[in-house]
Amino acid sequence: MRLSKHTVAFGTLLLAVTVAAPATAQDFRPESAECIAPAKPGGGWDLTCRATARLLTEFDLIDSPMQVRNMPGGGGGVAFMYTVGEQGENDDLLVAASGGTTLMLARGELPDVTSQDVRWVGAMGADFPVIAVRADAPWQTLEEFLQQLRDDPRSIVMGGGSAIGGTDHIRPLQLARAAGIQDVRNLRYISFEAGTAVTELLAGRSHVFTAGVSEIAPQFEAGEVRILAVMAPERLPGEFSEIPTATEQGYDVVGPNWRGFYAPSGMSDEAYDFWVGVLEQIETSDEWADVRLQNGLAPLWMAGQEFDDYVNSEVATFIEFATELGIIE
Amino acid sequence: MDALFQLADGFAYVFQWQNLLIVLLGCVMGTMIGMLPGLGGSNAIAVLLPLVFALGLEPAAALILFAGIYYGSEYGNSISAILLNIPGTSGAVATTFDGHPMARDGRAGTALAMSAVASFVGGTISVVGLMVFAPLLARWALHFGPAEYFVLIVFALTMVSALSKGDALKGLISAILGLMVATIGLDPNGSTARFTFGSVKLYDGVDFVVAMIGLFAIGEVLMTLERVRQRDQLVTLVSRASIKLSEIKKTVGTMLRSSAIGFFIGTLPGAGATIASFLCYIMEKTLTGSRGTFGDGDIRGVAAPESANNAAASGAFVPLLTLGIPGSATTAIILVALVGLNVRPGPLLIGSNPEIFWGLVASMYVGNLMLLVLNLPLVGLFVRVLMIPRWALMPVVVVVSFVAIYSLNNSSFDLLVMTGLGIGGYLMRKLGFPIAPAVLGLVLGNLLEVNLRQAIALSDGDWTTLAGSPITLVLWLCVAASLMSPVLPRLLSKRARNV
Repeated sequence: MRLSKHTVAFGTLLLAVTVAAPATAQDFRPESAECIAPAKPGGGWDLTCRATARLLTEFDLIDSPMQVRNMPGGGGGVAFMYTVGEQGENDDLLVAASGGTTLMLARGELPDVTSQDVRWVGAMGADFPVIAVRADAPWQTLEEFLQQLRDDPRSIVMGGGSAIGGTDHIRPLQLARAAGIQDVRNLRYISFEAGTAVTELLAGRSHVFTAGVSEIAPQFEAGEVRILAVMAPERLPGEFSEIPTATEQGYDVVGPNWRGFYAPSGMSDEAYDFWVGVLEQIETSDEWADVRLQNGLAPLWMAGQEFDDYVNSEVATFIEFATELGIIE
Repeated sequence: MDALFQLADGFAYVFQWQNLLIVLLGCVMGTMIGMLPGLGGSNAIAVLLPLVFALGLEPAAALILFAGIYYGSEYGNSISAILLNIPGTSGAVATTFDGHPMARDGRAGTALAMSAVASFVGGTISVVGLMVFAPLLARWALHFGPAEYFVLIVFALTMVSALSKGDALKGLISAILGLMVATIGLDPNGSTARFTFGSVKLYDGVDFVVAMIGLFAIGEVLMTLERVRQRDQLVTLVSRASIKLSEIKKTVGTMLRSSAIGFFIGTLPGAGATIASFLCYIMEKTLTGSRGTFGDGDIRGVAAPESANNAAASGAFVPLLTLGIPGSATTAIILVALVGLNVRPGPLLIGSNPEIFWGLVASMYVGNLMLLVLNLPLVGLFVRVLMIPRWALMPVVVVVSFVAIYSLNNSSFDLLVMTGLGIGGYLMRKLGFPIAPAVLGLVLGNLLEVNLRQAIALSDGDWTTLAGSPITLVLWLCVAASLMSPVLPRLLSKRARNV
């Protein structure tokens, strides 16, 4: 099967060279494109796959529609192992991923694989983590909050959606580190589910919400919470533009929880360049801007080698913190 | 006053013929999908999601469709629970306790009609609750933190002693088996793999739908296989496919109590229909004492869980619509759908999109009524399922189970798990272990652990937090009462005799 796929791809390439005008990255056309969403229908990964598949057809970027397959299990682990193993050479496959995928790899949850066992294709949007407190909380600025964290670290309970050592845990630790707090193990973080992290903040049982801005947007709009900082490279658009970034307050921490894709490590360079190219065309469209808005995502575009390097460096950061926290050895 | 006008607007919206059709479509599809073992409202909505986007339905219309499916599937679940002893979702497990004995007794029609009426009452009362109390309840639910949840779940688990007919020890063992299976997978806090034997496929643990279908459906099929050569029908059939007014009268109190409690429990994110239905069943059983025939086909044993799980279904909309936080798997999918339609539920929804909130309330009224009108005449048709000879019916159950479970996660591994648990369920039946406590343990095990860990983390290691609020204290009292419940009626009757 693999052989024939390559043969056909080669044939297409020949055809392109002989019949059409000479081209470069456009030589590759997928014949049976597939997107794996490593979760049940309805989640973020599923929507990323489905929106991409829809726009690929709408913009006439592929010949036959991209199939979307749901492969839940192990927080994306089942799909990752499948991609590394059985699908290692597939040129037609994209798998939806996010910051959480990086984390799973950093913690070594999957036996004998690393982030370098796939090719990271691109990120097409991101949810940025925030430091949000209740409207009646004593802290008006990030500095005031970090000051109390320095003075009395055990007095503050931070809550987010990810597990211990996850993004919602590590980002505030990076902030604390930037603020000169060395012993990050002493800081309290509780892992809630995304929804309950909001209720625990509103109920006052936790003091700080550290997950993505999209999760707490309704409460922000209603004036029930104050967002002290967003860990984004620049201010977010629209109603969120009044939120200062951490960087502009002197703490240089940027931590996008990106949404994007990886592909099998054996994917050919032609195919990889093709996918980076079509994803860029989608990402810059107005239609994709709508998709981002519906999913509470801010714009973020990183692709190709730059993105591959970024993911691998993120994994290194997570491993560093996780080791310090005693989660991994 | 303002609210009444808005409600009237809501009704005006629902009574447009397109929207009436949508409610009808939702109810019919929900009932049909709910009847299939393993498939519930969340599956139906997930499947329909792309269709809704493609049709370009307005957000309010989409919400109406989803609400119809949700109610319909709750009702549909009870059909297979009563007729085949195979609950479609965990919310209908309690319905099997008396519903199936009634069916075996030749009163399948009565049980189904009772279920329709009880669902209607539960649905309608809770819609009134949603309308009047939604903003208030959202605040109330905030007081329910991890410590409170933990005790509530302990309370639910203590009920197994009351559930097991005869041998309470066997009920306890069954519940602990369920709790043990619930620990399989990545530990929810630190992501350490437990009992996964190096297989990534076990990282998410055993899906409780897979377990439930294995234990109930496959286990039941294996039991039936033993008797397949006997030529008797599954149950005795009775011509009457309806319910007597006197029987409804007998259950009025049960339905009212169960609806109120079911609604309150439904408003707590995460708790939902399962706890509500078990709790109300036990409560009614305890209240009735020795005067009832609970466990052997008491009609109140159908009325209680059915009003409770429907009331909980609307209760789950409270946190969704007022806080933007889904309280159940189905409302989680509805949240995704709404966000996809550019509506973000939250504290501002009722103010900024009143047509959505009031349209939903109105469609719930209409949907409930429609379900009743639709299903009462169909009871006679549903009962005919029982006339199908076992050698033909059971293979169909197996096929539907396999298809449903495969469609859940596209995983053939799940089929193995289901089959394995089916054999386990068969052995449990042969040895006289009740199945329901195992399912309860499996459904609640993970919640129990997560909430305990969160509560202890929040209190920074102080265990007294578990009894640190008025709500927890009340719940501990309930735990004590529940543990006493098997002996309590006997004690009371003894005293009565002595006097």
